[in-house]
Amino acid sequence: MVPHTVLHMDGNRVAEAVGWDEERVRALAPDTASHTAADRLAQQPTWSEEGAGQDAVWGACKGSGSRPYRTVVDLASGTAHCTCPSRKLPCKHALALLLRRVREPLAGVEPPEWAGTWLAERRRRAARGAGGETERPSQGSGRSDTAARRARREARIAAGAEELEQRLADLLGEGLSASERGGASWEETAARMVDAQAPGLASRVRELTSVPGSGERWPERLLSECALLHLLDRAFLATHAGSAAIPPPLAETVRSRVGLTVETARLLSEGTDRLHDRWLVLAQRDTEEERLTARRTWLRGCASGRTALLLSFRAPGRPPEPRLPCGWLLEEELVFHPGAAPLRAARGEGSAPQRPAAGGAGPPGTSPLGALRAYGEAVRADPWLERWPAVLESVVPVPPAPGSSERWQLAAESGESALPVASRAGASELWRLTAVSGGRPVKVFGECGHQGFVPYTVWSGEEVVAL
Amino acid sequence: MSETTTTSGLRSAPSAAAGPSRAGTRPSAGPVLPPWQELVDAALLGAVRRRPPGGSATALLDAAAAQTVRRRAGAQPATARPAPAPAPEDPRPAMPEAAARRLAWLLAGRHRPGGGTERRAADPDLAELLPQWLAAADEAGYAAPAEQVPTLLEAARGRTDLRRHALSLAGPRGRWLAGLNPEWRFVLRSTPPSTVRATGAVAAGPAPTDAEQLLWSEGLFAERVAVLTEIRARNPRAALELLAAEWGAERAEDRLIFLDTLRHGLSTADEEFLEQALTDRSRNVRATAAELLATLPESAYAARMAKRARTHVGLDRCDGAARITVEAPHEVDAAMRRDGVASAPPRGQGQRAWWLSQLVDSAPLGGWRDRLGGRSPAEIVALPVADGWERELHAAWCRAAVRQQAPEWARALIGPPTAPPTHGPGDPAKLLTVLPEEERADWAARFIAVHGLSEAFRILGACPVPWSPKIGTAVVDALEIAREQGSYPWSFSGVLGLAERCLRPSAAERLTPLTAVPDESEDSAPGAGAYWAEAFQRLVTTLRVRAEMYAELEVEQ
Repeated sequence: MVPHTVLHMDGNRVAEAVGWDEERVRALAPDTASHTAADRLAQQPTWSEEGAGQDAVWGACKGSGSRPYRTVVDLASGTAHCTCPSRKLPCKHALALLLRRVREPLAGVEPPEWAGTWLAERRRRAARGAGGETERPSQGSGRSDTAARRARREARIAAGAEELEQRLADLLGEGLSASERGGASWEETAARMVDAQAPGLASRVRELTSVPGSGERWPERLLSECALLHLLDRAFLATHAGSAAIPPPLAETVRSRVGLTVETARLLSEGTDRLHDRWLVLAQRDTEEERLTARRTWLRGCASGRTALLLSFRAPGRPPEPRLPCGWLLEEELVFHPGAAPLRAARGEGSAPQRPAAGGAGPPGTSPLGALRAYGEAVRADPWLERWPAVLESVVPVPPAPGSSERWQLAAESGESALPVASRAGASELWRLTAVSGGRPVKVFGECGHQGFVPYTVWSGEEVVAL
Repeated sequence: MSETTTTSGLRSAPSAAAGPSRAGTRPSAGPVLPPWQELVDAALLGAVRRRPPGGSATALLDAAAAQTVRRRAGAQPATARPAPAPAPEDPRPAMPEAAARRLAWLLAGRHRPGGGTERRAADPDLAELLPQWLAAADEAGYAAPAEQVPTLLEAARGRTDLRRHALSLAGPRGRWLAGLNPEWRFVLRSTPPSTVRATGAVAAGPAPTDAEQLLWSEGLFAERVAVLTEIRARNPRAALELLAAEWGAERAEDRLIFLDTLRHGLSTADEEFLEQALTDRSRNVRATAAELLATLPESAYAARMAKRARTHVGLDRCDGAARITVEAPHEVDAAMRRDGVASAPPRGQGQRAWWLSQLVDSAPLGGWRDRLGGRSPAEIVALPVADGWERELHAAWCRAAVRQQAPEWARALIGPPTAPPTHGPGDPAKLLTVLPEEERADWAARFIAVHGLSEAFRILGACPVPWSPKIGTAVVDALEIAREQGSYPWSFSGVLGLAERCLRPSAAERLTPLTAVPDESEDSAPGAGAYWAEAFQRLVTTLRVRAEMYAELEVEQ
């Protein structure tokens, strides 16, 4: 573990916000307008009660209200608390406060009560495992799981899997053509999977219902989805029965696919697949998933060449973690979730991201064929895998001919082979990619899967652009 | 080998029976599987109706799972389509990083012009700042960052007022992209603005391109107007020739609009064509032709009008003092009618006064010196006019001064800024545009100092941007007075909006004390003080953002 070196507060030494600079504050801002407002606010003489210490900064800012807003920022995590009514997180007061300390550090002191209380509470929560923000909230608190409860839960899931198997056999007995007519009963099945605390199975069942009649070749897609669900049922039932036919890493994959994920705190203390490296931020994406905001961050180890995926969920209204800008570096240990194709990892005590010295040409990449092979290898290990991260070297975006139904392509510079772009990739992102390339080969990071490629980041010359 | 293309466009793995799927990595995988299509057919039909491969629904699912994984794991790249030809190089420098970030911010906020839920009353108006930024960045000669070019094109598509500078900034990369995306085809239709600027308005620029010729002869009306305007801007002669070639075949309302495009770059080269247009079938076309001819003081038309006007306006000495006498026309003859003189007066104006004003409007002002005893415009305007004709005569001279861009006459006619605003014969906002910039600013500043802001909006609109410190001070002082008089700021929203656009950023200093909420006085409207503070805060914010904008672009405003 890398010791955390954000602030030295002891004695009379002058505090120094190591790891925080203007750029990082900018990265923390939810939008540019907030940053601009904060920048202005930081220069105004409306501040009082300012202080720094215990890895935090605080201050009061006179706003339009009668009482000044009180703001505290925990420097370790970049989380902030403010009494202002703004719905933006962090608010401009927190950003302005950070900017003030970056520009003019203060000597460390004890925080006043109003700041200390929040800090203590915030850190107690953080100490309970990288907890609240990184764990998908599930029904029934996972922490107090006893072995008996865990066994009961698995038994319920096994029963659910048996039921699913029956439903799948019935569906294939009647024929898929019948499924276009009604899927209400599948909703019920999905609900039962939720009751069985198998969210992985539940979401697969829900997806099944959306396939019939959904465009070209839907029966093929439905058959594939049914078959993979069947495979997951069988695999889970086999692991549940303690079958030796499934090797331990695959068994872990099966458990996590069903919805039995390892708690982050436990993973951090007990995980065996640990890797210390300088991790390059490849991309960061937020998506809305079942009323939660899922944030995915892909990292590439500079020495190991290994790719890692950080995944965190945030409930509405909770403050987001600071953004990690593309091309920045984290020097720390990551702990990978166990599995047959390990990718997802967790950060321990996060280190401060570092701005790269120079733009850099990005990580080494591969050809379209290489990306498909890497996905193929991963699918061989984890049959339920939809896509796998890949850096493509020297590809040219090829838009569809106007008026045609062609797909976008990323063509190898040699012009021989190409990866079709998956339909879920957004048009504005693809046009940005094309604009950056200007018809010349570029390096692209994205996800490669059986539905095609989705680009996230492009390197052109010394420049890196998040799409 | 059965090789199929999936819906994703990837080629799936060759049939499993064909041996090792990947040389050297592993041997042929497991048992021979039924072909995928056979499985799909069986699944569609149902295991109950026909015995599926493997004998049961479960066996069918087993086989389908294996096939699905095999097909995914063995997917092959697609055949590449030809890539687009690379975009031409853009020789212009990249803009500073801070400026590029500013552009992204402005573009992201362009959809909430003065509204939106996030916006507070004191926030700057991004919809107003964007065009200013685009113009400044374009004039500084930067290229837009490539990744922002698509958003720039989208912005230009939605707002024509942004088009010129947005497309210029997007440059060759933008035109290259537009060739790939039909939604941006409008970009290809507009001439690169750089050529317009490089050649200037009067010198003969490049002749119409084939594409422009085609658009002129086959395009939609709006496209034809646009292309004619573009060509007129760079090569007035060529535009005239295009227009003259098809003139007779155009519809009357189209002829009117086309004729209007000649206003830009008008010269004696256009006279012959305009003379012909005086006999046009449409009365509006005739009137416009006459109006255009009247702005050419050397034209035969102007000479004819001057000759007519002189017969109706003369000098008389009465008791030793000189005065102007007017004998208005008694009829409109055929020749006058041909020259665009309308016989029916507008409601409320006498027939003969109307005829007179049309003649004086169109007569070159330069001719009056000789006619009225060698006097200067100021002396002529100071002369008394007999029989109450002064107002008609001076008003006609005002229109002529604006039309003929005659500063000496405008100066004489506009009068002192201290006079009541509705007192003069002409529209001061229009007369101002004829005066040199500094003089305009002085006049406006003194006008506002005396009359306040209620009549100032159009006067300010005629002043050069950014406002000179004099105007700035006058406007801010007047706003402060308005606040002290207790009115609400929205009574001055027009001037406040102009100020956001036109005040120099240095005015922010003068404004800062006004952003505090003042104590309510007895005669002020309830809550007005807080609204004023908000309005001033917004003004200051906008000015600061504008100052930052220009600093980031490393240009002087």
